[in-house]
Amino acid sequence: MTDTTPTAVVGAAAVDLSAVEQRTIASTGNLFVAEAFRQIDPDAVCAYPITPQTTIVEEFAKFVANGRVHTEYVTVESEHSAMSATIGASAAGGRAFTVTSSQGLALMWEELHIASGLRLPIVMINANRAISAPINIHGDHSDVMGARDSGWIILMAENAQEAYDNTIIATRVAEAARLPVMPTLDGFITTHSIARGQVADDATVKAFVGEYVPDDSLLRSTSPVMVGAFANLGPTYMKVKKAERDAIDASLPIIGEVGAQWASVIGRDYGHVESYGVDDADLVVVIMGSAAGNVRAVVRRLREQGQRVGVVKVRTYRPFPAADLAAAVSGARAIAVLDRAESFGAPAGPLALDTLAALYGAGIQVPVRSYLYGLGGADVRLDLVEQVYADLADVADDGDGLLNPTPRYLGIR
Amino acid sequence: MSAELTEIRWHARAGQGAVTAAKLVAEAALREDRYFQAMPEYGPERMGAPLKAFTRISDAPIEISNNIEHPDIVVVLDDTLLDSVDVTEGLAADGAVVVNSPSAPAAIRAQLGLGAGVAVATVDASAIALDTIKRDIPNTPIVGALVSVRPVVALDSVLAQLQATFGKKFAREIIDANLDSVRRAYQEVVYDA
Repeated sequence: MTDTTPTAVVGAAAVDLSAVEQRTIASTGNLFVAEAFRQIDPDAVCAYPITPQTTIVEEFAKFVANGRVHTEYVTVESEHSAMSATIGASAAGGRAFTVTSSQGLALMWEELHIASGLRLPIVMINANRAISAPINIHGDHSDVMGARDSGWIILMAENAQEAYDNTIIATRVAEAARLPVMPTLDGFITTHSIARGQVADDATVKAFVGEYVPDDSLLRSTSPVMVGAFANLGPTYMKVKKAERDAIDASLPIIGEVGAQWASVIGRDYGHVESYGVDDADLVVVIMGSAAGNVRAVVRRLREQGQRVGVVKVRTYRPFPAADLAAAVSGARAIAVLDRAESFGAPAGPLALDTLAALYGAGIQVPVRSYLYGLGGADVRLDLVEQVYADLADVADDGDGLLNPTPRYLGIR
Repeated sequence: MSAELTEIRWHARAGQGAVTAAKLVAEAALREDRYFQAMPEYGPERMGAPLKAFTRISDAPIEISNNIEHPDIVVVLDDTLLDSVDVTEGLAADGAVVVNSPSAPAAIRAQLGLGAGVAVATVDASAIALDTIKRDIPNTPIVGALVSVRPVVALDSVLAQLQATFGKKFAREIIDANLDSVRRAYQEVVYDA
């Protein structure tokens, strides 16, 4: 495991804490994100609309049309072009953002690797949505998992508030880590529900993200660099990949530090994982995204009945916070990992595989069960969550092996 | 669910403004410093197609995001849906139904086969809308009827939110017409339990 000693890895945010003002608003998750975009005022947004992110780019296009941002807004004919144009804008030295979802993210696949391989600090929001076939516009994490190994930092939001905060945090993280960052929010559940949340004042956000001045870039550099070089046989290609691996591992404390700085501004804690009830819990669920709230609500109820249950929500998905996760679940007698995406043919769901690796690395041997839930926006009923804890109680009592290798589909026989 | 959480399901046809009504109630709740969720159920978006929307109102932060299967209140913006959609599916035994209809509550109760525990209320929100706003958009007045039957938010909060929303964009007479439609529905709604 990478040493992630929390030393000062990013500069302090230039925020006057005494002047921070927050407004409580009612808005959809998408409009919370659009508001963050307006406040950050990136140099370029190159995007193509796709359900369920459309209202982000629609709203931001209005901000551009009404002169409320200085952003160069580039309309394109596909997501392949959206990411290509974003890469160009970022390589030129601009703060470049985009937004996508599902088939759009899939269409970007080759450019995702180019963005990270070129070490471009792009921020791209993903509205998490199922992948065809069959066609489905609703929320799951299949699209994100397709981008999992592309070298992007991935942040998962539970709700509109986190989606807003993550967008601001991502801007600083991308530029400090010199890596692209993908903050995500769950399609429809978070993108389209009107929720209560807080937005900071414009001056605070602008001061927090600061001005982006790249060390070197195609247009601004005093020492010219090559972008898009050839690295065929020989050690260069592997050296570049090793540097990428080192960079994304080293980004974990950067994410932590920027998250802590934003927390000091707005008073909401942001760690890589968020735990509830785990201190004395025998049975723990690990989950990401909007359904974490459903699990937490069930945990509250079961704990009122005296059951020792807990939940860990993973916020930073890549780089994977293995040490934080292992520490959070270290007292559990049985663990269920709930995945909202398949890894077909794998011995468990993707988050379950990460969790198993984290536990192995920490020397923790407890039974782990892998569940698939909520695919294509399938409802995450509270009784399904209760069933998981009931299963875990059985697993803890009869020691049903370390991992039953067939992931279980929650709510489907 | 905990006592302080109220769950509302809206039935309408696309174009009748159910989502706007769900949003109005949510924003009125924000005025009271309470917590809310408002979400449409997305399907094929065709004008006139039956659709559902949902609102949660609570005194505490709302963590859950699952579907509302057992609403406390059902609001029906179009009474032609009563024949084709099971609008009271999962309704709480002590729940309430608010229907945009010129019929008496007893007739709706009989049509839906509802037990004595459920409150049934009717209001001719379309007639009120035609009279005040001059268009058959029942979504604004029916919110007045809803908060009369079950005070999920205060009437004054609804009126203040409408004033704030419309105040920026519309002429005084249009704002007044909308406010008037809410007050009238609040007064004219009739219920039998």
